[in-house]
Amino acid sequence: MEPIIEFKDFSFKYRAQKEPTLRNINLSIMSGEKVLIVGPSGSGKSTLAHCINGLVPFSWSGEITGSLRIAGKNPADLGLFGLSKIVGTVLQDTDGQFIGLTVAEDIAFALENDMTPQEEMFRKVNEVAEMVDVKGLLDHAPRELSGGQKQRVSMAGVMVDDVKILLFDEPLANLDPATGKRAIAMIDQIREKRNTTIVIIEHRLEDALYRDVDRIIVVGDGRIVTDTTPDELLCGDILNRQGIREPLYVTAIKHAGGKISPKDKPQHIESMHLEPYAQKVREWFDRTEAKKPKADTPSVLKVEDLYFSYVEGRPILQHIHFDIHKGEMVSIVGKNGAGKSTLSNLICGFYEPTRGRILLNGQDMAPLSIKERGEKIGLVMQSPNQMISKPMIFEEVALGLQVRGVSQEEIGERVNETLKICGLYPFRNWPVSALSFGQKKRVSIASILVMKPEVLILDEPTAGQDYRHYTEIMEFLKEINENSGITIIMITHDMHLMLEYTDRAIVIADGHLIADDTPAKVLTNETIADKAYLKKTSLYDLALDCQIEDPSEFVERFIAYEREKRGKEDQGNG
Amino acid sequence: MKFKFGIKEVVAIGIGTALFVALTEIQIPTPIPNTYLQPRMAVMAFLAAVFGPVVGGVVGILGHALGDAMFYGSVWWSWVFPDGLVGLVIGLFAAKYAVKEGGFTSTKAIVLFNVVQVAVNAAAWMLLAPALDILIYAEPMEKLLSQGAAAFLGNILIIGILGTLLCAGYSKIGAKSSSLTKED
Amino acid sequence: MAKILSYEEKDTWIHRLSGVTKLIFFLLWCLTSMLTYDTRVLVVMLIFSLVVFKISKTRWSQVGAVFKLVMVFLAFNVFAIYLFSPDQGTAIYGTRTVLFHIAGRYDVTLEQLFYELNVVIKYFTIIPAVFMFLVTTNPSEFAASMNKVGISYNVGYAISIALRYIPDVQSEFTKIKHAQEARGIEMSGKASFINRIKNTAAIIFPLIFSSMDRIDVVSNAMELRGYGKHKKRTWYMEKKLLRNDYLTIGFTMLFTAAALLITFADGSRFYNPFV
Repeated sequence: MEPIIEFKDFSFKYRAQKEPTLRNINLSIMSGEKVLIVGPSGSGKSTLAHCINGLVPFSWSGEITGSLRIAGKNPADLGLFGLSKIVGTVLQDTDGQFIGLTVAEDIAFALENDMTPQEEMFRKVNEVAEMVDVKGLLDHAPRELSGGQKQRVSMAGVMVDDVKILLFDEPLANLDPATGKRAIAMIDQIREKRNTTIVIIEHRLEDALYRDVDRIIVVGDGRIVTDTTPDELLCGDILNRQGIREPLYVTAIKHAGGKISPKDKPQHIESMHLEPYAQKVREWFDRTEAKKPKADTPSVLKVEDLYFSYVEGRPILQHIHFDIHKGEMVSIVGKNGAGKSTLSNLICGFYEPTRGRILLNGQDMAPLSIKERGEKIGLVMQSPNQMISKPMIFEEVALGLQVRGVSQEEIGERVNETLKICGLYPFRNWPVSALSFGQKKRVSIASILVMKPEVLILDEPTAGQDYRHYTEIMEFLKEINENSGITIIMITHDMHLMLEYTDRAIVIADGHLIADDTPAKVLTNETIADKAYLKKTSLYDLALDCQIEDPSEFVERFIAYEREKRGKEDQGNG
Repeated sequence: MKFKFGIKEVVAIGIGTALFVALTEIQIPTPIPNTYLQPRMAVMAFLAAVFGPVVGGVVGILGHALGDAMFYGSVWWSWVFPDGLVGLVIGLFAAKYAVKEGGFTSTKAIVLFNVVQVAVNAAAWMLLAPALDILIYAEPMEKLLSQGAAAFLGNILIIGILGTLLCAGYSKIGAKSSSLTKED
Repeated sequence: MAKILSYEEKDTWIHRLSGVTKLIFFLLWCLTSMLTYDTRVLVVMLIFSLVVFKISKTRWSQVGAVFKLVMVFLAFNVFAIYLFSPDQGTAIYGTRTVLFHIAGRYDVTLEQLFYELNVVIKYFTIIPAVFMFLVTTNPSEFAASMNKVGISYNVGYAISIALRYIPDVQSEFTKIKHAQEARGIEMSGKASFINRIKNTAAIIFPLIFSSMDRIDVVSNAMELRGYGKHKKRTWYMEKKLLRNDYLTIGFTMLFTAAALLITFADGSRFYNPFV
C-alpha cells in the first residue's frame, strides 16, 4: 500500500532564516494510521505540520529540497486549495479558527467557499454536527460556547470536506484536563467511523495517549529523532533527553528502579502489566520521605463570604472563603468559566463584590483603588503580549514606577535590581521583540515585581509552553517565592503545575468553593476531580494497583522526590 | 502603485473594523471644551499605514458607520465618508512608510506620514465634511466650519501623536535586531 | 461597557424579510431623508417610521439607553445651530417673523424654529430606521444580502468578521485595560493631557499587537478552508426573496421616487409655508 503522507530526504529553510528548520526528513504515514508527533518548541514539529497542510510553502515561503507526496500527489501541483480537500487542520487557537457568526455557519464555511447548494449544506452540516455532538448548538454564537465545544465545531468544520487526513495542532493546549480527555476520545471516534488518517502534534504526551496511537514520532532540532511505537518509546530515555515529559506513572516506576519492558504495555496505566514493578514501587514508597510542611506564617490575603454576580439572580461566585498565608504558593483551579478569573478580578478590584470582604494583612481592601491595590497585589496576564506596551525592556519594566512618579534615580536602581533577579539584566538595553516567549514572560513578571507587591497573581502562567519552558518559568517563580517570601497565587487548569509547585489548591466549580486542600489530595479524590473538570492523576492508579494504601501520600512523596532531584540537578549545573 | 487585495486584507478589514468599533467609546478630553480625541482614528491610521488604502478606507467607512449605528443609533453619513477618505489617502503611501519592514523608525517616513495625515485631514474635515453636511442637513456654514476645524484639530493631534507612536512601536518590533550583545 | 444595539430574534413579518430587502429599504430611506427638507414628506416618513417600529415589536429596553444618548446629541446640535446661525431660517425661507428678542443678534424667529423643527424631524425619521435595521436583521444573513445586491463577497465577509470579533476585541480590551490600570496606567483620572495620550498608547499597544496576530491566525484558518477559491460562493444563511420582500422593495422605490418628486417639484428642497 502506498503511504498517504511521504517525506523523502525532505529539508526546508524559511526565507528569512539562515539555517534549515527541517533537515533530511524521511517519514511515511499510512492511510488510516493514527500518529502522534512530539517535540519541544522550536524543534520543527509545527513546520512539519505546516508542510502537510500546505501553509509551508504557500503562506510561508522558503527553500525545499527532497520530496513530499500527499495522497500520492505533489503539494505544489495541488495548491493550498487542492490540499485543503485532502488535509483538514484543527488549529490550536479555537477562537481564531471559529470564523462564522454561529456554529452552523462555521461548519458550513468550507462548503460555502465551494459553492455548495444550500440544501446540500443543511444536510451535511447536520450530519457532521451530529458526529461531534454539537447538533443542539447550531444557532449558537462562539461566545456562548466553551473551549471544548469550539474545538468540536472546528473538527466538524474540516470534516464536512470528507478529508482523508485530519491534522491537530496542539489540540490540548487550551482545554481543561477533563475536556482534553473528551477531545482525544472524540478524535478516536472520528477515526473509527471514517477511517481518517490522524496526525496529532502535541507535547502533553500522557494526555494525548489517553487513547491508543499507532506510532509516535519524536522531532528534535529539525530531525526525526525516533519513529516508534508508544510502548517502545516509554521504555527508553529519549523523551527525557528531548525535554518531553513522560507519563507520571512511567517516571514513578523509573524512580523506583523499575526497568520497563515494552511487553508490559506501558501505553496506558489502566492496561499496563504492573506486577513486575509493584514490589519495587512499594519499596520505593517506604524509603522515600514526604516533604516537610512549611512553617506557619500570618495571613496575607483573606477572602470572607464572597458573592458576585453581573446580573442579579445569576451568581458567578457564591460563598467563597479562604485564607492565604504569607509565602505560600497556591493554585486556584477549576474548569474554564467556573469563576476563577472573576475571583482574581475581584481581588484586584476591577469589579466590586456583591457581598463579602477581601482582606489584605487583616485590612479590608474595599476602599482602595485599582492602582493602590496594584502596588500590593500584582497581576500577570496569561500572554506577555497582553501586557507589554514599550518596545525596550528597561522602559517596560520601569513603566509602573514611572507613572507613580518615582524619582529617576530610584527607578534605575529598582529596575536593575529586578532585572537581575529575573535574569534579564544582560538584556536590559534590548528591544522586547528580540526575546523568546519565555523571556517575554519574565519581562512581564519583572514589570510587576518592580513594584514590590506582597502577592503575585498569575493567570495560566504556563499555557502553551513545552516542558522545558514550563520548568524554567516555574523554577523561576519558586525561586523568587523562596528568596523574597512573596506569596504566589496561580490560576490554572494545568494539573502538573498545581501538583508540583503549589502547596495548596483552591478548587472552584460552578461558582462554589468545593475544596481547599493539598493538590495531592484533590487529584486523588474522584468526586472533586470530576466536579472541577480535573482528572485524577495516573499516580493514583499506580499506587492503588501496587497495593499502596494511601495514594495521596504516595503522590506527596513522588512530588517531594522530584523536587529534591531537580534541586540536585540545578546544583550540579550551577 | 499596485495594491494587493487578498484574504489577509479581507481579514484586516474585518478585525480592523472590530477594533475601530470597540474603541468607539474611548475618548480623550482635550483642553478645548467639547472636543474629544478619538484614539480609534489613530488605530485606523495605523491600519492604513500597514495594510494600504483599501483597508484604511473601508475600515474608516465601515467602522464609523457600524460604530455610530451600534453605539449612537444613527449614522452621520457626512462624517462617515471623510473618515474613509483619511484612511484611504494615508494608505496610499503604505509602501513608503514600510511599517512592517521596520522603516517607520526613520525621520523621513515619520515626516511623510504626518504631512499626509495633516493634508488629508484638512481636506476631509474642512472641505468634504462641511460640503456633505450642507448637502444633507443644510446646516449653517459657520457651525459646520467650526465643527470641521475642531475635528481637524482633534484628528491631526491624535493621529500625529498616537498614530505615530503606534506605527513607530510596531516598526521597531518588526525591525531586525542583529547587532545585540549581552551586557554585564 | 455601554449597551450597544444588537440583533434579537423575534417572529414578525419584518424579521422574516430578507436582509437584502431591509438593506435596500435602509439605504433608500436614509437617502430620501437626507435629500428632502420638505416638511410634508418628513412628517409622512416620521409617522411611517413609528408605525413600522411598533410592528417590529422592538422593546424599549433594547434601544432605550442608546435613544437617550441620541437625544443628548440632538439637543446639543439644535442648540449649536442656533448659537452659530440664529437667522438660518430666514436665509432659507426668505421671511423674518420675530417672536421675541433675547440678546444681541439673537432673536427667536418663527422661521428659525420651523427650520430647526425640520432638522429634528429629519433625525427622527432616521433613528427608528437604524434601530430597526440593527435589531431585526440577523447579522449572519447580512453578508449574504450584501453579496446578493452585487457587492463583492469579500466586503460582505469582512463585515461578517467584524461582527464576529467585536465581542472578542471588546473583552480583550477590557482585560488589557484592567491589567494596565493595576500597574498604574489609567486613561481617566487626573493625568495631564499628554500623559493621558501616553497612557492610552500603553493600553492600545498590546491590543493592536494581539489584533495583528489574530489577523494572521484568522487568515490562515480561512485559507486552509478554501476561502477565495472561486469568484462566487454560496451562503448557508441566505434567505430566498418572498412575496413580501418584492412588495417591500417595490413600495420603497415608489415611495422614494414620489418623495423626491414632491420635494423637488417646486425647484427647492424646502417646503416653505411662509410665502
